[in-house]
Amino acid sequence: MARTGDGPNVTRTAGTSLSRLSSVDAIIEGLAGVGYIASRRIATALYMAAHLEKPVLVEGMAGVGKTELALCAAALLDLPLIRLQCYEGLDESKALYEWKYGKQLLYTQILKDHMGASLADAPNLEAAMERLHGVGDLFFSETFLEARPLLTALRQEGGAVLLIDEIDKSDEAFEAFLLEMLSAFQVSIPEIGVIKATTAPMVFLTSNNVRDLGDALKRRCLHLHIPLPDQRLEERIVAARVPGIEARLRKSLVGFVQAVRTLDLRKLPSISETVDWARALVLLHADSLDADLVRETLNLLLKFEQDIVAVEPRIPEFLGRASGP
Amino acid sequence: MPWNPGSRSSSAARRGPSPLQRTLEEFLRALRASEVPVSPAEAIDAHRAAAQVGYADRVLLKDSLAVTLAKTAEEAARFDACFDTFFDRREFTAPGEPHSGFPAQTDERANPLARMLLEDDAAGLAQAMESAASSAGASEIHTGAQRSLLTRRMLDAMGLRELERLIHSLGTAGGERDAGLAAELAERRLSLFVEARRYIDRQADLFAGQTGRRLRERLLSRRKLTAVEPEDFRAMEGLVRKMAARLAKRYARRRHRAREGRLDVRKTVRRSLGYGGVPFEIVWKRRTLDRPKIVVLCDVSRSVAAAAQFLLLFLYSLNEVVRRLDAFAFSDRLVAINDLLAETTVDDAIDLILARIGFRPTDYGRALADFRAASETSLDRRTTVIILGDGRSNHADPRLDLMRWIADRSRAVVWLNPEPETYWGQGDSKMDAYRRFCHVAKPCNTLEQLERIIEDVLRTYLPR
Repeated sequence: MARTGDGPNVTRTAGTSLSRLSSVDAIIEGLAGVGYIASRRIATALYMAAHLEKPVLVEGMAGVGKTELALCAAALLDLPLIRLQCYEGLDESKALYEWKYGKQLLYTQILKDHMGASLADAPNLEAAMERLHGVGDLFFSETFLEARPLLTALRQEGGAVLLIDEIDKSDEAFEAFLLEMLSAFQVSIPEIGVIKATTAPMVFLTSNNVRDLGDALKRRCLHLHIPLPDQRLEERIVAARVPGIEARLRKSLVGFVQAVRTLDLRKLPSISETVDWARALVLLHADSLDADLVRETLNLLLKFEQDIVAVEPRIPEFLGRASGP
Repeated sequence: MPWNPGSRSSSAARRGPSPLQRTLEEFLRALRASEVPVSPAEAIDAHRAAAQVGYADRVLLKDSLAVTLAKTAEEAARFDACFDTFFDRREFTAPGEPHSGFPAQTDERANPLARMLLEDDAAGLAQAMESAASSAGASEIHTGAQRSLLTRRMLDAMGLRELERLIHSLGTAGGERDAGLAAELAERRLSLFVEARRYIDRQADLFAGQTGRRLRERLLSRRKLTAVEPEDFRAMEGLVRKMAARLAKRYARRRHRAREGRLDVRKTVRRSLGYGGVPFEIVWKRRTLDRPKIVVLCDVSRSVAAAAQFLLLFLYSLNEVVRRLDAFAFSDRLVAINDLLAETTVDDAIDLILARIGFRPTDYGRALADFRAASETSLDRRTTVIILGDGRSNHADPRLDLMRWIADRSRAVVWLNPEPETYWGQGDSKMDAYRRFCHVAKPCNTLEQLERIIEDVLRTYLPR
């Protein structure tokens, strides 16, 4: 880790990791290897993030795999994942750093005793002050710095994947505070100065659009919107996530979910619901979908009573559509 | 590999932008025209992204630029459309068979356009068209009306005049071969026209499409609400929602900021007494800010109904900022329409309301009496009352006493009148009498005025 000023410039993510991001196709393949089936646009976003050193702002419905993308990127790059969950009221002392107050107090106690002894033979006050200045000022130093997620991510020598989850839940003040971190990969600590990353971490921010993010934040990020997948992509995702599932069941199950998504529901089922449902059906040793089975397990797919009521009468129709050509 | 701003920028400054960079600049301009804002910093990012991935793989270029430039899902959709139109360089389609017996005569050889046409040199023609387009300033197009002019200019830059002279001289030369060649050239010239026109149309889509829409929106926002044609309703609604979103965004942010507090010394000291003077419990000053509560009374007689519809739509689109909205409609009686508005869309609700109480002679006195009965307890100092009406009470008792009661009980009374101020007090209008009890009384007959007044209402509640 380097202080600012004469310190070296930020170098990019360690060489071995970068080779895994050498092309978009390599990323798609690599992510598939760690169980994440990515579309071209997702892979391109990751590629640009690595090569332009910009954070990625990932938006999309709950359960389309925003957080998962960061987890899998960390697995792919073999870097530690550092996670910061945002909530209203989150501030610097919880996100960036805190002083170790207890240790600082102990330190002053020790210092006092120690100083008493070493200053005792000073001829006058001026000489004592002179000697005091000669002792290194450790009180506000990195020794007493309690690193929180953001600082930890900057301090990782080999780079890291930093996930700032649900940034839209944080306050605007915190959003503004993040700007320095996101554009220069550095933070300013008033008592110490600027701490800069030796290796820029790969940053993912996720948002559910609870509120509009500021333009300043958006402009520092690459923007990735993950839509609900189409039939083919979703089948591949299910295949990757639920290995024991039969091809026929997988096809009709994904087809059914796709049909449900055409309705105007309060909460459309997203990928995570599809995967949960597929897992449950495998546990139930089902090898094909029928109306009764769907009715009994529909609560895994839909989270609101009125949605279930809306879908129930149309189960046979959707099943017909799903198993069709 | 790493893009190094230091070394690159100086050499780039010497060389000037490359043709590819100029194309990208052009594309960014097209993006701005289709309402995807691109700041200079973002433009630099786009160039960096393009330099990273190169221009060879179009899908890769598109995805890279998309993640760099589009900042919302809607912007991403607009980006995709704009990219596809912009980089849609179709091959030239030559009519018929390629010309077979083309004798190498100096006349035709000397004319590059004729040569390219006769040899079916699609790439050459496309290139010539590109450079002609830039010298004719095709991308400067800002209204559809310039299409013909620009097409003509572009074709001239490609050498159309020389081509026509050639066709003419071949046609009048007399020989059979020359006549055949002239006919062939004339036919190919026609396809050139079609291609040029298509090119200019695309430029117009890219650069002029949005200016037209923006102009239309500006006109609509100044059009009299009572004179809006039914076919414009959709566009007006879109505009209202856009205005409301703009206000909501501005005031939602401000409200957030106002919630933070400062140390309340007095309370902290007082509470510390219980802990022997140690400020154990720290108290913060909290400025509690209520979202404004708004009560709307809408006259739904024929002349005011259109304005009422847009006012309601506007206020309902503001639900992020307005804590509570109570809506009433009146003609000769007054009814609460909250439930109705909760169940259906605003425009359907308006139809239902009109069917129930609309088109009857207005009686302001009775409507106000009904209002007092309905809101005896709910009207308080945090409530802003907005009345929309022309103040024409058909010579019935205006009940000014009730108006005074409303003014005394509420925070502010805002009266919006679709009639111009000079008509107030004329004939059966009691507007002059009512306005004495209003904090604000303004003519309001365009969306622009509506937006301004609503913003005033929001501002009076929220600290700066």
